[in-house]
Amino acid sequence: MKKLVCVAIASAGVLLVMRAQIREEIDKSGGNRPTIAIPDLRGSGEAQGFMGAFNDTLRADVTSSGMVKVAPKTSYPLSIPQQPSDFIQPPPVVETPRGRKGQTPQPANGGGRWMSDWSGPPVLANYLAFGYTAPQNGVLVLYGWLFDLSRGTPANASALNKRYIGSLDEAGARKVAHEFAADIVALFGGQSLFGTHIYFTSDRTGHKEIWVMDSDGKNQRQITHFNSISIESSPSPDGAKIAFTSYARGNPGIFVFSVDPVRDLRFYNQGASVNSSASFTPDGKQIVYSSSAGRCCRIFIANLDGTGFRPISSLSSIDTEPKVNPKTGNEIVFTSGRSGPQQVYRMNMDGADIERLSDGTGEAGNPSWHPDGQKIAYAWTRGFAAGAWNIFIMDVASRQYIQLTHAEGKNEHPTWAPDGRHLAFSSTRAGRNQVYSMLADGTQVQPLTTQGNNERPFWGK
Amino acid sequence: MFNKRKITVLGIALWLAMFAAGCKKKAPPPPPPPPPAPVDTAKPAPAPRPAPVVSQFTAEPTSIQRGQSSTLRWEITGDVSSVSIDQTIGAVQNTGNRRVFPSDSTTYTLTATGPGGSTTATATVSVTSPPPPPPPVAPTPTVTLEQRLGSDVQDIYYDYDKSDVRGDARDVLTRDANAIKGILSDFPNASIVVEGHCDERGSAEYNLGLGDRRASSAKDFLVQLGVPADRLKTISYGKEHPQCTESNESCWQRNRRAHFSPGQ
Repeated sequence: MKKLVCVAIASAGVLLVMRAQIREEIDKSGGNRPTIAIPDLRGSGEAQGFMGAFNDTLRADVTSSGMVKVAPKTSYPLSIPQQPSDFIQPPPVVETPRGRKGQTPQPANGGGRWMSDWSGPPVLANYLAFGYTAPQNGVLVLYGWLFDLSRGTPANASALNKRYIGSLDEAGARKVAHEFAADIVALFGGQSLFGTHIYFTSDRTGHKEIWVMDSDGKNQRQITHFNSISIESSPSPDGAKIAFTSYARGNPGIFVFSVDPVRDLRFYNQGASVNSSASFTPDGKQIVYSSSAGRCCRIFIANLDGTGFRPISSLSSIDTEPKVNPKTGNEIVFTSGRSGPQQVYRMNMDGADIERLSDGTGEAGNPSWHPDGQKIAYAWTRGFAAGAWNIFIMDVASRQYIQLTHAEGKNEHPTWAPDGRHLAFSSTRAGRNQVYSMLADGTQVQPLTTQGNNERPFWGK
Repeated sequence: MFNKRKITVLGIALWLAMFAAGCKKKAPPPPPPPPPAPVDTAKPAPAPRPAPVVSQFTAEPTSIQRGQSSTLRWEITGDVSSVSIDQTIGAVQNTGNRRVFPSDSTTYTLTATGPGGSTTATATVSVTSPPPPPPPVAPTPTVTLEQRLGSDVQDIYYDYDKSDVRGDARDVLTRDANAIKGILSDFPNASIVVEGHCDERGSAEYNLGLGDRRASSAKDFLVQLGVPADRLKTISYGKEHPQCTESNESCWQRNRRAHFSPGQ
């Protein structure tokens, strides 16, 4: 009994440590995130037409980074500085002779044109992002500043002072907003997700096809046009290729495409009724997948063109969804039914030392490595009926896990963002299956798709 | 000036009118007026004579199929000078019959004329189309492979997360094996695809495997019963092609199945 209690206390302790780790990773300032004010920037002339998209993007990127708190716009003063020379120190408050004794003098108030207007109540910001855009020689130029309001005077407050150039259209406005936000987030230790892509499956055309979008859900673009069933897309580590499964040639088989331009790189499928669930090794030189060759299904590894294939796991049950550890490259997590209902397992690259990671309750699947190679996100029905999936994170070494979603629809296919602080997943919480992003502590859930059913996101470069 | 011109125009018009009249043929003299009606008061008006009586005008039968005949019968009494029937029959005796072969529904009108006037009667023959002739005997079976599979071969069902052929499915598959053997001999070049399907609950990737195992176990069972293995293919649809999408056991059971479809 004592022993049991000890184990319980120990595991509770590990769990707390893990929660703290995740929290710390998301929030590197240890819970004391700085507050940043981001008033809407304006554009001169033609540029003003794109500022709605610009301001939405800037605010969303900085907010979703989770690195800082963004002060609510309603608290902002009326005058918004657009460049450092707009800061004008208000005249000092002179105590009138009729003033009562003991009355504290009002702080100097410049209506927004002085730093203390932003650092004091009601904004209480530590930083102020400001600037403006203008069309210049046919391109859009953003002049962006970030002031550290604790530094006192405009002359030495500049933490960021940079010029950004984009095309003179909405896409260009979003681009410079992403870049400005990336630089701001980087100052606080965050990694911008600008430039990363989420691959997913959408049936909005009437057929399941592979699509890709930016990390904020913008620029959704169709990659396959098979008019068949095309699913399970997974990008290469450098983001130049994707592997996916399609019924385009009859039985489900693996395809490898280059992304830009979209081109079939012709993956050779070994003779099998199912070749599926492909993903790249961290060096980008091989592909692991599930094949029913012989009998369903074993984990195989092959070259990028499908040649040189050989099995890794021996036939026991249905083994699928192999994912190689991105940090070490020497182990694979996968889904298997070898002990009954599907569970998440790990094994070495040679198929040895198979261990079950999920505890055998419910059904588990969709493992996805954290970039650090120590944690996985996965879907699990633990505590719920079969089919009621929720997103969990597990520390592989300790097997401790935390639950991120709580029975709002089915939540499946978690995938880590390259920054290791965000996840994308699919959920039926709003009716149809849609792709969402969230911080790794389960907060800041953002819908990324709306058209048709969208599922199986895979976040890559 | 204006008046002068008007007068000139009028003058020309008058001259033209006269010229035109001169060209016209001389109008004939008007006909003489009709003579006055003779007045004959001496003779009394004769009693009017009765018109003929149609005592019979029938078609027998009144309804025929196209190509068949009907017989018209008629009998006219009274003071008759002529009897005729329209529809190209023409003048006929006072009493008689005639076979007719109308191709469409036709109404015959008989007109009997006598000094006392004329009487008409009608008879209608309605014509219906005959049923189409039976088609020639087909040299090859007319049902398609898909129809045969649909009518003769039943789906089999599985337990949740299982791919072994359960007891009730063994009976069904045994009947299916005989039907499939017959179908394969009727379609000597065809192959049959065994599709494996799953319900929505397992993960999509795992279900691709599970559907494959279901299709394989059904195929293996059929091969054991003598169905040639090289004419059976398998494909797993996992949970990509559900029959129904409700989240309840009856729908889930319908989706946990092996289905048989024509191969290429």
